[in-house]
Amino acid sequence: MGLRAFIITRIILTIPTLLLLLSMVFIIMRVLPGDPVSLHFEKKADPELMDSMRRQLGLDKPLWMQYIDYIGGLVDIGYFMQHGYPNLGKSMQTFEDVGGQIFSAFPATLELAIYSMMIASILGILLGVLASKSYNSVLDHLIRSFGTITYAIPVFFLGIVLQLIFGVYLRWLPTGLRLDPKIEPPATVTGLYTVDSLLEGNIFKFFESLKALILPSLTLGIILSGIFVRLTRINMLETLRLDFVTAARARGLRESTITYGYALRNAFLPILTMMGLQFAMLLGGAILTETTFSWPGLGRYIVQRISFRDYTAIQGAVVMFGLFVTIVSLVVDILYAYFDPRIRL
Amino acid sequence: MSEPKVKRSILAQLMPWLKSLARKGPSGWMVIAGIIIVLALVIMTAIGPWIAPYNPTATRVGPIRSPPSLQFPMGTNHLGQDMLSRILCGGSIMLQVSALSVVICFLIGVPIGLFSSYVGGKFDSAVSLVIDAIYAFPGLVIAIAIAAMLGPGVINMALSIAVVYIPSYFRVVRSQVLSIKELAYVEAARATGAKWHTILLRYIFPNVIPSIVVVVTINFADAILTAAGLTFIGLGVTYNIPDWGWDLTDGRAYLAAGAWWIILFPGIMIVLLALGFTFIGEGLSELQNPKLQR
Repeated sequence: MGLRAFIITRIILTIPTLLLLLSMVFIIMRVLPGDPVSLHFEKKADPELMDSMRRQLGLDKPLWMQYIDYIGGLVDIGYFMQHGYPNLGKSMQTFEDVGGQIFSAFPATLELAIYSMMIASILGILLGVLASKSYNSVLDHLIRSFGTITYAIPVFFLGIVLQLIFGVYLRWLPTGLRLDPKIEPPATVTGLYTVDSLLEGNIFKFFESLKALILPSLTLGIILSGIFVRLTRINMLETLRLDFVTAARARGLRESTITYGYALRNAFLPILTMMGLQFAMLLGGAILTETTFSWPGLGRYIVQRISFRDYTAIQGAVVMFGLFVTIVSLVVDILYAYFDPRIRL
Repeated sequence: MSEPKVKRSILAQLMPWLKSLARKGPSGWMVIAGIIIVLALVIMTAIGPWIAPYNPTATRVGPIRSPPSLQFPMGTNHLGQDMLSRILCGGSIMLQVSALSVVICFLIGVPIGLFSSYVGGKFDSAVSLVIDAIYAFPGLVIAIAIAAMLGPGVINMALSIAVVYIPSYFRVVRSQVLSIKELAYVEAARATGAKWHTILLRYIFPNVIPSIVVVVTINFADAILTAAGLTFIGLGVTYNIPDWGWDLTDGRAYLAAGAWWIILFPGIMIVLLALGFTFIGEGLSELQNPKLQR
């Protein structure tokens, strides 16, 4: 199978997974006991008001029709072209399009996710390589303990501790928001402040938004790096014993060339797969990190909507998280097939 | 009269096991350290109400937000409650939620995994597809969605966490059964005419248990962290019960004022509890997989 055929098959295979995922969200939000409207009013409202809200949101229809509306809205290309976001229903609080609110919150989450993943993979791979090179030494044990401990720390606890140290006591870094409220955000092109400010040619805004990113992405990155440490270490230990590494050593290559140029390259594919799998965990962690750092992304949106008991918005945000994870796993699989032709056989 | 005897016999059974663990090197020591941490925290929580110097829910037992002192070794919070007393009693919600969710996961995930993989065929493929979809989804997001629908409370928290971790049990059990059911001794049992449920429960299940134990301990650690996360975003137990997750969440409001003791002590307790279970799980899985031990 060529790369193109693989990509097409993989995309087609995504459809049933996606449908299953969307149905699952629908079951949780609509079919499980607990009707969104009466939950929204905590059962204290006037029945007529509740009925009119149900009509407005289409929640008075039979379940199968609601399901068709829900899936239909998501695949409604016309709506998407007109608004620039999919139809995810209307908010129970503001009666605005949930899709629009979600799409404006999404870039903040994406930016946080990108920087956190960079920190996690760089830190994790470097420490993992270091541990494998100093196998069974004190350094190795220290790095392994770091990997285990990061697994047991609640991400928001680490965030709060970093805020306490770098924000409250040392006053080096901001403890919240994407940008100082006194600074006008850069014009939206990608929605990523660090990219947009560079596109604007404004170095000051770039450094300000980078400064705001440091603590949240460090928090999430450190928590995730443990898994990369463990995986890199194990894979490097296995690869460093292979014959081609011995051969490279015998040829008198420099140790750093052997480690990074030969062994790490070989250990890279499992790490790539892990990056894809960890993305789901990263998004979960992003919800808590965003709440800790008042980061105006999708996670904070979902938490705020929970406090307003805005169930249609919660459902939309959950769907968005699902779509995001599905797309990332699709991209990772395609990259994997590109790097490792055996997959396509 | 009979009680001490029973205790001694349990201890007598445990000691050789612990000794053999200690002989297995660092991984064994990790398991022992984990067991000690978890036991210590469980005992502390159990006897907490009796040894706490103050009533953990009584307000104004001391000055408001006073830093650690001789009288209040962990300080007081914004209600003037004694933090040490709240720490001593505050583990019960987390332990209840995580234990309950582990039981639910076990009771649902293990039977489905055993049955589905033993039957095989289309049934197994269909179940696997659904389970994999849940597995791929960000766990905390599902837990949040379910907890938001069900509302706060110990049982609801446990249920929403359980849904997230059932796939882990299913997948581990399934992969084990798939390899075990092809082994000669299972074949032999089938040849002697043993019924399918006998084969499944008496021949296959015992060999799956070691892997399940690892999943249980890791599930415990994850459940504790997820429970803390749910509490943090306001979906936990919010009424007047001392809880580490709640204290940590609550203390965040006084961060800018520098009241580190309200945050630090509950946070460390959650980390310790999760770390204890992680140690047990990681140590056991290394003992089972000598390849990872290198």
